[in-house]
Amino acid sequence: MTVYEMAKQLELTPIAVPEGDRNCAGVYIGDLLSWVMGRAKSENVWITIMSNIKIVAVASLTDVACVVLAEGVTVDDRVRETAEQKGVNIYTSEKTAYELATALASLTK
Amino acid sequence: MTDAVRLHFLVDGEDFTSAGQASVQVKKNLRQLGIAPEIIRKVSIAMYEGEINMVIHAGGGEADVLIYEDRIEIELVDRGPGIANIDLAMQEGFSTAPDNIRSLGFGAGMGLPNMKRYTDSMHIESALGEGTRILMTVRL
Ligand SMILES: Nc1ncnc2c1ncn2[C@@H]1O[C@H](COP(=O)(O)OP(=O)(O)OP(=O)(O)O)[C@@H](O)[C@H]1O
Ligand SMILES: [Mg+2]
Repeated sequence: MTVYEMAKQLELTPIAVPEGDRNCAGVYIGDLLSWVMGRAKSENVWITIMSNIKIVAVASLTDVACVVLAEGVTVDDRVRETAEQKGVNIYTSEKTAYELATALASLTK
Repeated sequence: MTDAVRLHFLVDGEDFTSAGQASVQVKKNLRQLGIAPEIIRKVSIAMYEGEINMVIHAGGGEADVLIYEDRIEIELVDRGPGIANIDLAMQEGFSTAPDNIRSLGFGAGMGLPNMKRYTDSMHIESALGEGTRILMTVRL
């Protein structure tokens, strides 16, 4: 499933989507960046409430398919611009991390 | 024997916002060199953790990446306070990161363990009041 398709199904709000046709598979949830660096896998959807500039580098280095900010968290313009430049997809949603994860689980059934 | 490709970076200890840039640059360079994605992931994540550590804990430093035919070496050198107890610092969860850094999502005490996890060998030399040198190798 592409990032676009997944985002449409989950009714996510786009923040930066420079590479929306990337494939996504699996989910990682976490806010402590070194945990994410150690555990998130390539192509994962990374759900977090962390919104500072470092999420762009972490998403890029772990090669996750996209970042989904839960609980209505947003980012400032610099983060959005850097994400566009670095090819990192970011969405936001009012849903909780749990609601997002269960919705993602039912998508892949 | 062909010479190694060497990438050299100064890591600015004053600028937390741009900390991590050298690692992002290395990822780009390795991709251009046609290195396999799994290797790029290991090298760039291990280096990122070390780079962030130099900024948070040591006031910056220098990073070198050497690309040989059979391996990639990452060398991180700083003149920070040094690590008092390396075995303790290597334990998952051990951190002396200040609160302002923790609020940005760092300080889980997972950086050094990640560096070990993502590399084939990791060697730390550190002296209190003098600094820290970390050498990591990823085999190709
Ligand atoms: N270059 C360094 N100079 C001095 N001390 C260091 C250096 N690197 C690590 N340390 C010490 O080792 C501890 C553990 O480092 P580690 O990277 O595992 O965790 P952290 O940086 O505190 O948190 P995290 O990496 O999870 O965000 C640090 O809190 C710090 O006390
Ligand atoms: Mg660290």
